[in-house]
Amino acid sequence: MNNAKFNRLKDKAFKYTGIIASISGIVVLAIFIGFVIYMGVQRLSWDFIVQLPSRFAEESGIYTAWMGTVWIMVFTTLISFPLGVGAGIYLEEYAPENRWSKFLEINISNLASVPSIIYGLLGLGVFVRMMQMGNSILAGALTLSLLILPIIIVSTREAIKAVPSSIRDASNALGASKWQTIWHQILPASFGGILTGVILALSRAIGETAPLIVVGALVYVPFAPQNPLDEFTVLPVQIYNWVSRPQEEFIINAAAAIIVLLGITFIMNGIAVYLRNKWQSKMEW
Amino acid sequence: MDSETTSQQPKTSQVETKPKLNPNNRSFKLQAENIDVFYDDFQAIKDISLDIVENSITAFIGPSGCGKSTFLRLFNRMNDNIDGFHMNGKILIDNKNIYDESIKVEELRKKVGMVFQKPNPFPKSIYENVAYGLRIQGVKDEEFIENRVIESLKQATLYSEIEDNLDKQALSLSGGQQQRLCIARALAVKPSVLLMDEPTSALDPISSGKIEDLIHELKKEFTIVIVTHNMQQAARVSDNTAFLYMGNLVEYGDTQKIFTNPEKDRTQNYITGRFG
Repeated sequence: MNNAKFNRLKDKAFKYTGIIASISGIVVLAIFIGFVIYMGVQRLSWDFIVQLPSRFAEESGIYTAWMGTVWIMVFTTLISFPLGVGAGIYLEEYAPENRWSKFLEINISNLASVPSIIYGLLGLGVFVRMMQMGNSILAGALTLSLLILPIIIVSTREAIKAVPSSIRDASNALGASKWQTIWHQILPASFGGILTGVILALSRAIGETAPLIVVGALVYVPFAPQNPLDEFTVLPVQIYNWVSRPQEEFIINAAAAIIVLLGITFIMNGIAVYLRNKWQSKMEW
Repeated sequence: MDSETTSQQPKTSQVETKPKLNPNNRSFKLQAENIDVFYDDFQAIKDISLDIVENSITAFIGPSGCGKSTFLRLFNRMNDNIDGFHMNGKILIDNKNIYDESIKVEELRKKVGMVFQKPNPFPKSIYENVAYGLRIQGVKDEEFIENRVIESLKQATLYSEIEDNLDKQALSLSGGQQQRLCIARALAVKPSVLLMDEPTSALDPISSGKIEDLIHELKKEFTIVIVTHNMQQAARVSDNTAFLYMGNLVEYGDTQKIFTNPEKDRTQNYITGRFG
């Protein structure tokens, strides 16, 4: 076989390997989602969403769980958005270029890959015990905020970096102060990217189970939380609990709850994609 | 804005006559005294001194990397934020050293406008682009802003082309229109000096021609310094020309003389295209 033929063969082999790799991922996901929907869709109903949990699978709902998720997400957003974006702006715009900022930069990137259970233990030690917040929504939200802060910081910096320096020059040359340039030009131009990063980080937080269990999310909460210091449960913890029960009915409940959780996550990702497209089409340099 | 009033004094009657490098009664608007510029260890500008006459057009020419843009950007301190930048010497504008500690950079840049190589309008409406300089100064009077926006657009010879579309996205304009918009934006804060860093290098010949005409027109009110790669452009628009080479000021003088009868061989070689 001559060389050109052999190369063409290699080309083909690589192409088909790639196709198989892509398809296997998609197929597994499709089977999983199909199975979950097949199992859970019978249980999905308005009652399931508005009912409190119960010892009896048929009467059990996810009201407290998704209310807990909403509370946790609202507080996680309130905490992580200003902190993460603020840190990103500082590191990108203000921090001097020295060893200290390099050190900070590397560590923030590393923090993004720390296992979430470690954050859970940190939250347990610092927020629950030391600061005596107990097994509260606030402690859970603070823990999740720590978890997603690095992601938000990194994506904020990337979004700011993507703003062409010519815009900065133009604003500076007109006598704008540093803050005016950031506020009037850099942030509006990078806001789509920042928002996308924040939403993707939040949609990671919404599925986290381990750190919240460590912090003390309860598996059985008979009332929806009323304030940030209340005890709570969240959808993933509820799912985790139901799946570990022996009864078939609870497994079905879990499948139905997974559909709800997936639905929320897909919607959030959809919003992220929409915002990115909307801002990108507006920002054609 | 005291600089503005000085430029309106009777001296302007002399604008029509060909300005000389050392005019008798016209004052120097910009003066560079023994300027050295370094980026870390690299010396980009080597002991340049040069005076620029009020209401004149001065062109900086020279091959890429000769330091002409760096030199231009000294006059509105745009080099300040570049890593490793440091300098010796003085830059005087209206006889005040702009690198003095008492000078606020933001205030300086209101007096010294700048137009860049690539048109860089903000991703906002045409109107908001021009209004930006006033808004960041805290001007709230919308009628005042509107008048100034229209005045500036007219001055930049753009108004007639876009008068019904002031709310249109600035990025939808053509390259030449965008550049004139950037000039209007710079004019809106009423500077007395206008720095132009290769303002037509990204434009087609017709758009470039319009900008050149505009520069000529603006000379009546502003002291203009222009960096250009285009020798013909320098010859057409400028009163005085400075030729820079490897960070040195090789020759500086009346444009006509530089282009017809330069003193230095190196200048001769460059303008005739033998190198650079």
